[in-house]
Amino acid sequence: MEIGLNHYLTLAAIIFIIGVVGLFINRKSIITILMSVELMLLAVNINFVAFSSFLGDLTGQVFTMFILTVAAAEAAIGLAILVVFYRNRGTIHVEDISELKG
Amino acid sequence: MISAKLILFLPLIAAVFIGIQSRTVNYKFAQLVTTSCVFLSAILSGFMFHKVAIRHEEFTYPLIDWIYSGDFKADWAIKIDTLTAIMLVVVTWVSALVHLFSIGYMAEDPHKPRFMAYLSLFTFFMLVLVTADNFIQMFVGWEGVGLCSYLLIGFWFKKESANAAAMKAFVVNRVGDFGFILGIAAVYVLFGSVEFAEIFKNPASAVDVYWDILGYQVHAITLTTILLFIGAMGKSAQFGLHTWLPDAMEGPTPVSALIHAATMVTAGVFMLARVSPLIQYAPEALAFIAVIGGITAIFAATIALTQNDIKKVIAYSTCSQLGYMVFICGLGAYSAGIFHLATHAFFKALLFLGAGSVIHAMHHEQDMRKMGGLWRKIKFTYVMMAIGSLAIIGAPLFAGYYSKEAILGIAYHTDSNVAQFAFWMGALTALLTAFYSARLFFLTFHGKPRDQHAYDHAHESPWVMRIPLLLLAIGAVFSGYYGEEILHILSPVGEFWNGALVTAGAHHNPLEHIHPPHWIVPASISAALIGAIIYGWKLGVARKLAEILAPLYKLSFNKWYIDEIYDAVFVRPYKKSANILWRIIDAKIIDNMPNGAALASKYIAAGLSRLQSGYIYQYAFVIVASILMILTYYLWF
Repeated sequence: MEIGLNHYLTLAAIIFIIGVVGLFINRKSIITILMSVELMLLAVNINFVAFSSFLGDLTGQVFTMFILTVAAAEAAIGLAILVVFYRNRGTIHVEDISELKG
Repeated sequence: MISAKLILFLPLIAAVFIGIQSRTVNYKFAQLVTTSCVFLSAILSGFMFHKVAIRHEEFTYPLIDWIYSGDFKADWAIKIDTLTAIMLVVVTWVSALVHLFSIGYMAEDPHKPRFMAYLSLFTFFMLVLVTADNFIQMFVGWEGVGLCSYLLIGFWFKKESANAAAMKAFVVNRVGDFGFILGIAAVYVLFGSVEFAEIFKNPASAVDVYWDILGYQVHAITLTTILLFIGAMGKSAQFGLHTWLPDAMEGPTPVSALIHAATMVTAGVFMLARVSPLIQYAPEALAFIAVIGGITAIFAATIALTQNDIKKVIAYSTCSQLGYMVFICGLGAYSAGIFHLATHAFFKALLFLGAGSVIHAMHHEQDMRKMGGLWRKIKFTYVMMAIGSLAIIGAPLFAGYYSKEAILGIAYHTDSNVAQFAFWMGALTALLTAFYSARLFFLTFHGKPRDQHAYDHAHESPWVMRIPLLLLAIGAVFSGYYGEEILHILSPVGEFWNGALVTAGAHHNPLEHIHPPHWIVPASISAALIGAIIYGWKLGVARKLAEILAPLYKLSFNKWYIDEIYDAVFVRPYKKSANILWRIIDAKIIDNMPNGAALASKYIAAGLSRLQSGYIYQYAFVIVASILMILTYYLWF
């Protein structure tokens, strides 16, 4: 079976939905949320690369490099915030983090 | 032209310079600056009078472009013609003398710099008023003097009655000013300009204009002049709007002399003379003016008969003399009105400052019942008051004689019902004036001292108070002779006025001296003698008379109950309705609108804030769901 564009897009969609679902129904650690966000970004990256290859346009792959960089930075900052938050509050449980309440 | 500017702005400079540092400045410095500035202004006014009124070099000197709005144009200019020149001399000289007098009179007051600054500021606004070349500029001066009057009546702000009097003066003047504003608006509608030069170029062009007001055809010029006259009624304390003037005596006496006798209250008369080219086309308005003036003259004179406060007597006498000026303007003889304005300024300022000197001598006692026999103690003041009283009575050769003779003579020789009414009112007023002036004089200076303690401590005033009295006395003696015999001020079409006034009616032969019937002067003198005898020696007779004529006496003593009537008709219903408005409309309806809105937004916000749970996964869900919805919308539709 030839592996075509559709397979890549389907895979990306599945990964993206896993990310979204992980974001919503996760009640435990906030690290899981960060990981879910990373998953969603990677799904998008797969889309970019697939389309880039399919259309013969390198722009998509260049974009992927940017997104990876940004995602790395974001993960680093997110983890740093988590560390600080844990030091202050002694927990990173999602249910306990509701400081943004009105 | 620099002298015109200096005349106008020297008092302002003094007022601002002293006013902004009135709390800290040395009071002697403040008195020196303000008094010398106003004196300089007065001396320059003298030269200006010679230049404009005698050599006839009148001019209009533009200062700045002021208001331009569409077709509307009002510039700031100094217009000096004969009429203005007379006012300049009167205003600056009386003001300068009052400044000087105040140094002595206010010696024990803690707020001397503020007082002097107000006086100078008043002088500036009065000069703005008289040098105006358009109605708007005049209105600025008009309101400015009203403001200064308010500030100075309420100068002793710790006295509640002074505050109330200041407020009353301001509010009653608002009524008149409202008429004045409407009058200015009417002038603008009628002529398309507020500048005197434009309006008076051809006022006849508007003679046939009628306005349709609520279905009535109203003669435009008549309505305009009556509106303007309502403004004059407020300022010049004419019958109906006079109630503020007697109360204004709460202010310091120099203020009464300057503002409420010599200058500000005559602004209405000045304005009538200024718009004389217009008024002559409104005979009904002229008749109205004459009748109001006549009523004011007699009305105020009857009240002055029975007042016990020395200042109140002079205040009502001022009101009565203003009635003379107004009714003679209503008969079209503005020159006589302005003549009386000038002579009255001198002798009334003299009387007021003399009364001030008496009050000063008596340690701020104003009740004539506690005076008596003072002539031995304060001989100088006694002589000055005698001169002032003789002048106001119209004793021959004193200033008041010439101007009052002219007024009564013109009224007597004018052939109309209104003029006859005005003449009889005026003649009767002359007798009453003689009587109450004698009463004031003899109650104060003759008879036995009725308050031995105050009498023992009475003392003559210092020289800064005596010199102004002396100078004003010179004015009160010679200004009449000078005006009539040397300047020929009465001939309205003659050389002197040079077109500054336009006269209604054809009854003025400039060369013929007009005299009232010969019995006026002897009758006045005898009225004065009767007053002198009763109040100098036979006080029992006065008490008997008051008992016999009790209803009349009470009517006069209570000022014809005008204040009470106004209180019942205007003040109390107004307070009551304001109370109702406050409690029902304001507190219940208007306040509930913003309060209700605030309450509603509070509840809505409380509901909405529950959406904000603080859980990140819920926020993320909302974000993703919204993106999905938006995408769905754009992809499918």
